[in-house]
Amino acid sequence: MGETVVDLLPEVTWVGVLIKAVLILAIISALAGFGTFIERKVLAFMQRRLGPMHVGPYGLLQIAADGIKLFTKEDIIPQNANKFIFKIAPVITAATAFIALSAVPVFPDFTIPEFIPVLGGVFVPSIASDLNIGILFVLGMMAAGLYGPLLAGMSQANKWGIIGAARTAVQFLSYEVVTGLSILAPIMLVGSLSFVDFNNYQHDEGVWMMFYQPVAFVLFLIAGFAETNRTPFDLLEHEAEVVSGYATEYSGMRWGMFFIGEYANMITISVIASIVFMGGYNPETMLFGFSIGWLLIMLKIAFFFFLMLWVRASWPHIRPDQLMWLCWKVLMPLALINILITALVVMV
Amino acid sequence: MSLEQFKNRNVGVQNYTTLDVGVSPTTNKAKFVQFITRAVKGELFVGLWVTGKAMFKALFQGDMHTVKYPFEKMPISPRYRAIHDMLRLLESGSYRCIGCGLCEKICISNCISMDTRYDENQRKEVSEYTINFGRCIFCGYCAEVCPELAIVHGPRYENASEQRAGFSLFEDMLTPIDKLNLQQEYDGFGAISPNADENIKQTPLAY
Repeated sequence: MGETVVDLLPEVTWVGVLIKAVLILAIISALAGFGTFIERKVLAFMQRRLGPMHVGPYGLLQIAADGIKLFTKEDIIPQNANKFIFKIAPVITAATAFIALSAVPVFPDFTIPEFIPVLGGVFVPSIASDLNIGILFVLGMMAAGLYGPLLAGMSQANKWGIIGAARTAVQFLSYEVVTGLSILAPIMLVGSLSFVDFNNYQHDEGVWMMFYQPVAFVLFLIAGFAETNRTPFDLLEHEAEVVSGYATEYSGMRWGMFFIGEYANMITISVIASIVFMGGYNPETMLFGFSIGWLLIMLKIAFFFFLMLWVRASWPHIRPDQLMWLCWKVLMPLALINILITALVVMV
Repeated sequence: MSLEQFKNRNVGVQNYTTLDVGVSPTTNKAKFVQFITRAVKGELFVGLWVTGKAMFKALFQGDMHTVKYPFEKMPISPRYRAIHDMLRLLESGSYRCIGCGLCEKICISNCISMDTRYDENQRKEVSEYTINFGRCIFCGYCAEVCPELAIVHGPRYENASEQRAGFSLFEDMLTPIDKLNLQQEYDGFGAISPNADENIKQTPLAY
């Protein structure tokens, strides 16, 4: 047949998907580790401290040191825990976070330059699988990720863990309805659930979705903070109240997997917010004759990631009942009104 | 001044400003109005602005408060009682200790032990002098009682050791003869710290 690896690569061949999956896993888990470093640094600067400084230049190798520590720590499983569920709970969090990223496009499609040896000239769509229900899939996967904390808290035979699990349930019941309803209005405008269509819609209209749908944007950000368990809503493992919540009994790499999952979720929410509300990657944005869409979306993602850290340094967090009150009594009616108005506008 | 006056002598003259906490709304309408005003007031962004400004100042205007401890140290107060120093006479370079033994006598934890003898000029000199820092409680009596200002408390506060009994010899605490010009005179127990001017603040009490 004379078929080489290169012929198999474009579009939907299994080799291409496999390579992308490995790339997502490698890059995002590295970025998640790097995210912990960035978080420590940014929080330190906002509190007029230096942050990690001693491992490597400016503390850059601190993630390596942390990684070695996590991998070599003793893995303790409590005697009365449900051992099977205790063991798989961190895997659920980490795995769903990575699976969610498989349907998210980050860069414009591109062609590998000719001068690169074997792969030159291959057209690469920058998404592992362009599902036609992309948004539903990603949000569903991120929601399923909360089974990790829930099962972990319930399986570990620890009272703090139980409280953490209960809070997970509260959080889950609160934000999920807001996430879905807030993003429904943009979906009605675009008429598709695919991220690529969102990007193209904003490109055709020439206006970012956040100016069409400011309410939906704010609601989605709030729900995103709750979904990723970030500071105004970090009820699950707030040290000052419930020791470490669902992660109380975890040690070593099992504990680390929860945090890789959390940071991967932060990246996912940043990517979704950038693509759905802030114009996404736009391959025809030109600067000095180069397409800089990939650079712009990186800046947007970085901005949202920084916003999460900034908020953590600035705001106090709220009680579980306040979160429920906020989501059901304030945000959900707002989202419904927003949908109603959008529907009227679309209909007319 | 009567007793009542004396007790209340500081009350009401300090210009306290009371925080405006407002009134808690009772009716549903008032609650709703309060919610809306708070929601659109932008207080959350004030919080973001404060931390953002702190980060900008820390990064670009040198307002970073971390002291990289082993590499840089804060100035220490002269009142601080750390490891002892043995001082020399600035003119001749010979040590000040006259071997009177007062420090050994007054030491309440019995950690100073010394031995003296007469030298060839029939002057007393110290032949052995050790302080056991495992026992020393750094009370400062030895420095206070010394008639010649020979034993003082120096600025060396990093006194971790491998053993409980950490002895220090006379020669270790003595100012090295080549660093005689760097020898700091002991300011005494009432002295102020070298950065006292920076730390000074107006007293909040109006007497």
